[in-house]
Amino acid sequence: MLKRGGILAFFPLAWMIVFFVVPTVLVVLLSFRKRGTLGEILPEYTLEHYRRLADPLYMGILLDSLIVAAAVTLLCLVLGYPLAYHISRQSRRRQRVWLFLVILPFMINFLIRSYAWVILLRAQGVVNTALMKLGLISQPLPLLYNDGAVLLGMVYGLLPFMVLPVYISLERLDRRKLEAAYDLGATPLRAFRHVTLPLTMPGVLTGATLVFVSSAGMFVVPEVMGGAQSALIGNVIQNQFLSARNWPFGSAMSVVLTLASLAMIALMYRAFRTAGGKEPI
Amino acid sequence: MGRNETDLGGAGREPAGRMERANRGVTSRNVYRRAVAAYSAAMLAVLHAPLVVLIAYSFNDSRINAAWSGFTWKWYVSLFGNERVLEALGNSLYIAAMSTVIAALLGVPAAVWLHRLRRRALWSGLFYLPQLMPDIFMGLALLILFSRLSIPLGKWTVIAAHVTFCVPVVVLFVLARLSGIGRELEEAAYDLGATPRQAFFRVTLPLLVPAIVSAMLLSFTMSLDDFVITFFVAGPESTTLPLYIYGLVKRGVSPEVNALSALMVAVTILLLAGAELARRRGETPSRAVQPKRKET
Repeated sequence: MLKRGGILAFFPLAWMIVFFVVPTVLVVLLSFRKRGTLGEILPEYTLEHYRRLADPLYMGILLDSLIVAAAVTLLCLVLGYPLAYHISRQSRRRQRVWLFLVILPFMINFLIRSYAWVILLRAQGVVNTALMKLGLISQPLPLLYNDGAVLLGMVYGLLPFMVLPVYISLERLDRRKLEAAYDLGATPLRAFRHVTLPLTMPGVLTGATLVFVSSAGMFVVPEVMGGAQSALIGNVIQNQFLSARNWPFGSAMSVVLTLASLAMIALMYRAFRTAGGKEPI
Repeated sequence: MGRNETDLGGAGREPAGRMERANRGVTSRNVYRRAVAAYSAAMLAVLHAPLVVLIAYSFNDSRINAAWSGFTWKWYVSLFGNERVLEALGNSLYIAAMSTVIAALLGVPAAVWLHRLRRRALWSGLFYLPQLMPDIFMGLALLILFSRLSIPLGKWTVIAAHVTFCVPVVVLFVLARLSGIGRELEEAAYDLGATPRQAFFRVTLPLLVPAIVSAMLLSFTMSLDDFVITFFVAGPESTTLPLYIYGLVKRGVSPEVNALSALMVAVTILLLAGAELARRRGETPSRAVQPKRKET
C-alpha cells in the first residue's frame, strides 16, 4: 500500500485514523464502562447501559426518533420529487437559476432557518398577528412548540438533500425511453410509474439516505421549535453529555442510534437492489 | 437539444397519423406539467418566505411585536458594538480559514493517492464513512477523544473536528475531477520527458485547481455553518457564531438575532456567488485543453 507515492497518503490517512477511527472505537468502549456514583468512569466493563436502554422509556424515544426520521424522509420525497422534476425539465440556463434558488436557503445556517420559523409561527408571530388583524381568529393558534412544528422544521431544513440527488438522476434520464412509453400508449401516470420512477431510484435512495441520517440524530430543531414532549434521541444524548454527565450511557445510546441509522441505510439499499436497480450514484 | 421541443411542442407536433389517444395523452401531460410548475413556484416561495421575513424584521423598530413599527438600523448598530459578537465572528472566520487550508493540504494528496490505487474501496471508505455517521455521534466521539488525551477544548479542538468533516469533501471533489481529466495529459507529460514531480505540479495540479477551489469554498461554508459538532468540542473561549446564536435563540426572539442572521445570510450569498464564479472560470481552461488533445 505504501509503494510509490504512498508517503502522500500518510498524513491524511493518519488524520482520519486519529480523528475518526480512534474516536469511534472510544465511544464503543466507553459505552461498556461502569460509571461510579459520582459520575466518574470506573475501569470495569458492564452491560448495564445497554440494559438500561431496553427500558420502555428509552426504547420509546428511540422508536419515536426513527419514526420521525422516516416521516421526514417520506415527506421530503413527496414534496421534493415534483420540484426536482420541474427543475430538470427547464432549459440549461433556467435550471441553473432554479438550482441556485433552491440551494440558497439551504446554505444558510440550520439554526437561523429554524429560528426564522419561530418568528413566523410563535404566538406573537407574523402568521398569528396577521390572522388576528384579519379577524379570522380571536386567539393565537398554537402553531409552534409541538410535534408538527418539529416535522415542519426538519423537512424545511433537509428538503434540498432530497431535491439535488433526485434532480441529478432525472437529468441523466434517457428521454427516449419516456417517448417510447408514450408512443406505446402509456398515460402520463403509467409512464411515470413504470419508466421515470424506477430509473430515478438511485437519486431517491441517495436523497433518502442523506435525509434519514441527518434527521435521526437531530437535536437542534426539537430544541428550538419543539415542545416539552418533542424530545428526540438526539436531545437525550446531548443531555447525557452535558447536564446529566453520564457519558457511558450517552455513548451507549449514540452507538444504538448510529447502528440503527446505518441499518436503515443498508435496508434501503437492499430493498432497492432486490427491486432490480443499479447502484446509486 | 430536443428537450424543450418535446416538452413544449404539444399536440401540433405529433405526426398526423397518430391515434387520437396519443393526442389526449399529450394534453393530459401538459395538465400535469402545469400543475407541477405551479407547485414548484409555490414551493420556492415557501422555501424563501421565512428568510425574507427574518431579514425584513431585522429592520423593524419594535422589539417584541410582529407588527411593523418603523424602519431602523439600530439593531445592526448595537450588534457592531457588541464585543462578544465580534469575538464569535473572529473565531468563526479563523476556524473556517484554518480548517479549510488544512483540509485541502490533507485532502488533495489523499485523492491523488486514492486515484492511483487499483483497489480503493477499503481506503476510500475511511473518507466516506464519516459522512454516514450522525453529526451528534462525530461530535461526542471527538469530545471523548479530547478528554481522554486531556486536551483542553478550544480553537484547535474545533479546527481538528472541522478538518475531519472537510477532508472528505475535498477528497470527493478532487477524485471526481481526476477521473474527469483522465490519464492522457499526465502520460503525455511523461512522454515529453517530465519527471513525476514535474508532471504533477505542472500538468495535473493546475487542472485540479477549480475542483480544489470549489471544495475549499464548500468546506469554508460548512465550517462557518457547523453547529452540532462544534457544540461538543468548543471551549469557553472558542465560541463560534452558530454557538453564539444558539445561546440567543434559546433565550427567545430578539431583533439582534435577526440582524446577525441577516448578516450571515448576506455572507452566505456572497460565498455562493464566489463559488459559482470560481466554477465558471474553471470551466474555460479545461475546455481549451480538449481541442488540443484531439489534434495530437
